[in-house]
Amino acid sequence: MSTSSASIGASIQRPYLEVKDLTIRFETDDGIVQAVSSSTFSVEKGQTLGIVGESGSGKSVTSLGILGLHRTRSNAKVTGEIWLDDEELITASDEKVRLLRGGKMAMIFQDPLSAMHPYFTVGSQIVEAYRVHHPGLSKKVAREKAIDMLARVGIPQPERRFNDYAHQFSGGMRQRAMIAMALVNDPQLLIADEPTTALDVTVQAQILDLIRDLQEEFGSAVIMITHDLGVVAELADDVLVMYGGKIIEKGPALDVFQNPQHPYTWGLLGSMPRLDRAVRDRLTPVKGTPPSLINLPDGCAFHPRCPYAGRNGNRSFTDVPVLRDAGLGGEHQVACHLPAEERTKIFQQEVLPNL
Amino acid sequence: MSENLLEVSGLEKHFPITKGLLKRQVGAVRAVDGIDLQVKAGETLGLVGESGCGKSTAGRLFTRILEPTAGKIIFEGQDISHKSVSQMRPLRRDVQMIFQDPYSSLNPRHTVGSIISAPLQIQDMPTPQGTKKAVQELLELVGLNPEHYNRYPHEFSGGQRQRIGIARALALRPKMIVADEPVSALDVSIQAQVVNLLDDLQREFDLTFVFIAHDLSVVRHISNRVAVMYLGKVVEIAERDELYKNPRHPYTVALMSAVPVPDPARRDRAQRERVLLTGDVPSPINPPSGCRFRTRCWKAQDICATEEPPLVTRLDDPASHLTACHFPVVEEEVVAGRRPASTPA
Ligand SMILES: Nc1ncnc2c1ncn2[C@@H]1O[C@H](COP(=O)(O)OP(=O)(O)OP(=O)(O)O)[C@@H](O)[C@H]1O
Ligand SMILES: Nc1ncnc2c1ncn2[C@@H]1O[C@H](COP(=O)(O)OP(=O)(O)OP(=O)(O)O)[C@@H](O)[C@H]1O
Ligand code: SF4
Ligand code: SF4
Ligand SMILES: [Mg+2]
Ligand SMILES: [Mg+2]
Repeated sequence: MSTSSASIGASIQRPYLEVKDLTIRFETDDGIVQAVSSSTFSVEKGQTLGIVGESGSGKSVTSLGILGLHRTRSNAKVTGEIWLDDEELITASDEKVRLLRGGKMAMIFQDPLSAMHPYFTVGSQIVEAYRVHHPGLSKKVAREKAIDMLARVGIPQPERRFNDYAHQFSGGMRQRAMIAMALVNDPQLLIADEPTTALDVTVQAQILDLIRDLQEEFGSAVIMITHDLGVVAELADDVLVMYGGKIIEKGPALDVFQNPQHPYTWGLLGSMPRLDRAVRDRLTPVKGTPPSLINLPDGCAFHPRCPYAGRNGNRSFTDVPVLRDAGLGGEHQVACHLPAEERTKIFQQEVLPNL
Repeated sequence: MSENLLEVSGLEKHFPITKGLLKRQVGAVRAVDGIDLQVKAGETLGLVGESGCGKSTAGRLFTRILEPTAGKIIFEGQDISHKSVSQMRPLRRDVQMIFQDPYSSLNPRHTVGSIISAPLQIQDMPTPQGTKKAVQELLELVGLNPEHYNRYPHEFSGGQRQRIGIARALALRPKMIVADEPVSALDVSIQAQVVNLLDDLQREFDLTFVFIAHDLSVVRHISNRVAVMYLGKVVEIAERDELYKNPRHPYTVALMSAVPVPDPARRDRAQRERVLLTGDVPSPINPPSGCRFRTRCWKAQDICATEEPPLVTRLDDPASHLTACHFPVVEEEVVAGRRPASTPA
């Protein structure tokens, strides 16, 4: 995960997806929503990046930004750089981005019904998605491809189910069908936005297994957005934790889970009852409620909820902490004013025993 | 913690499916299809199972929001199975329900004050210091600012709205609360606040809870005993630690193994030990014969299609651990975590 800002010559390979200083704001009647602030991250092919964070922290806006889906919104302002396979997307033409979408990059959503048309059969929609990117191909070939995709995602009797409508599928099957549609053009970047949130755990396990298998097969880069830390731990190589529109912690999954550095990440872990641990007498919630993105608190956006805000003189209340090396060696980064030694001490002594 | 506050036996709720102008009944959704269980005074009974297995319907039967198609509901020794609305009114005080959706379960046009005080007025609860004071005490109890008495639900966050729903349920000082997915719609950090609140309230008021959820980790945290439902039936029930340590029903085993573990270091092991179920939950309109789980069960044999397994104590389990399965899972199988090679279609 290189975040070096040096201009990259032909000899140095840019990551497959590189997002730099991505900032997305919306003008609304209530004021400006600072939905994403200077996000910088990258994903290589064959790797999975997990994005976690509370509701409203900017996860979906980030992913829609990569797909260029804010372009049609007149109130949205997107700045920064998004490099996909050495092409910059923010400055690219609408036509260019439209062609990449559904082709080189594809997305699966939480709610497959909203992504699938109610009046067309599931099969015909996959055929359509395929033919858009393969003009001139016969209907018959496209149909075979669609049936093959349905079979690949584990839909039984795909020839028959080809002619069903989305509402005739169960929740898990719809999600599979949408995955089939997203993957029909072998996307090299797959963004999955809460793909299993509406599903039962046993179906979730099937879908995660499927995404894992398909990624192995196609070697795509995957971004997995979720609020479920368990899902991230299952799939992700790297993790971003978002709070109030900012990345507040990022690093290899193992580091972030085993040695989390940000007080909000501690809060997330402490909030969660876990099956792999003994039952705790009490959970340790994060107090208070998430901030409004229209009116972010000064300084560190987490300070009204942070038990350690007072330990940095006034800085937590006045200076926005920048995301920087966590001081642990490796790629682990954190945005917090606490000095590295103190963070480690607090985590080891106060947080870890209660997890 | 021994007396039964609630006992249900042979409990059924079938929703008729009708067709045509004459509303001829052509079938029924067997949402709850014969359950027997007891809720002891002061305990929290967790009710888990996948979407559509009948958890909410069971909860609505326990609180007699719904009338059962068959079977008995005994609350504090009284048969309330078929009591009319007016006969139920005095009992309404004792049994309350909290709903999943903190957004739609509160009337947006009413202030928090009038939402919470409504049950007090309907029940003519005496409030020695006035209704307003009573409501403000309730708000304080659930961790909300009493001065927000005149605010509307939309002025609160999801977690705060769920607290309003809890305050409303507590207004009448009930003996039992059925909480139907009370934290499922909330973010984890907020979820923990509400779970702790329910814990505190239970201790303070000696409440009995039926806690419905599909999240096995939350249920484990909060429950004393846990019942697992599948397609309208309870397939396994046991003391919390016993169930999580020693699950017997293949469905319980699959359900537990499917929960993602938030520890990337254990990822490979979790995946290896996972029992992946294939196929979907069958329709409750036409459930499979014999054992209802047999269409997805890797241990199914011929007898499973013909004989419904009774919910009884198996192997050398404690008497409080009941399992409805002809071939309960033994510990070695779970530990070895074998992934079933194939399951019948
Ligand atoms: N088109 C828009 N106009 C104005 N504000 C928007 C728009 N889209 C999103 N927002 C705001 O941007 C913020 C971030 O939203 P986003 O959907 O990215 O959250 P999220 O992290 O995906 O949350 P969730 O977990 O609930 O899906 C929210 O405050 C949201 O209200
Ligand atoms: N009023 C009703 N009329 C007809 N069918 C119903 C009615 N209420 C519930 N059902 C059906 O009964 C079955 C059980 O539903 P129920 O809501 O009890 O499940 P649940 O376990 O609470 O599911 P979830 O986890 O999705 O909330 C489902 O098949 C549902 O569609
Ligand atoms: S910068 Fe201050 S307020 Fe923000 S997380 Fe760190 S200690 Fe807490
Ligand atoms: S009774 Fe048979 S089908 Fe049912 S759970 Fe047990 S082994 Fe499986
Ligand atoms: Mg989102
Ligand atoms: Mg329900």
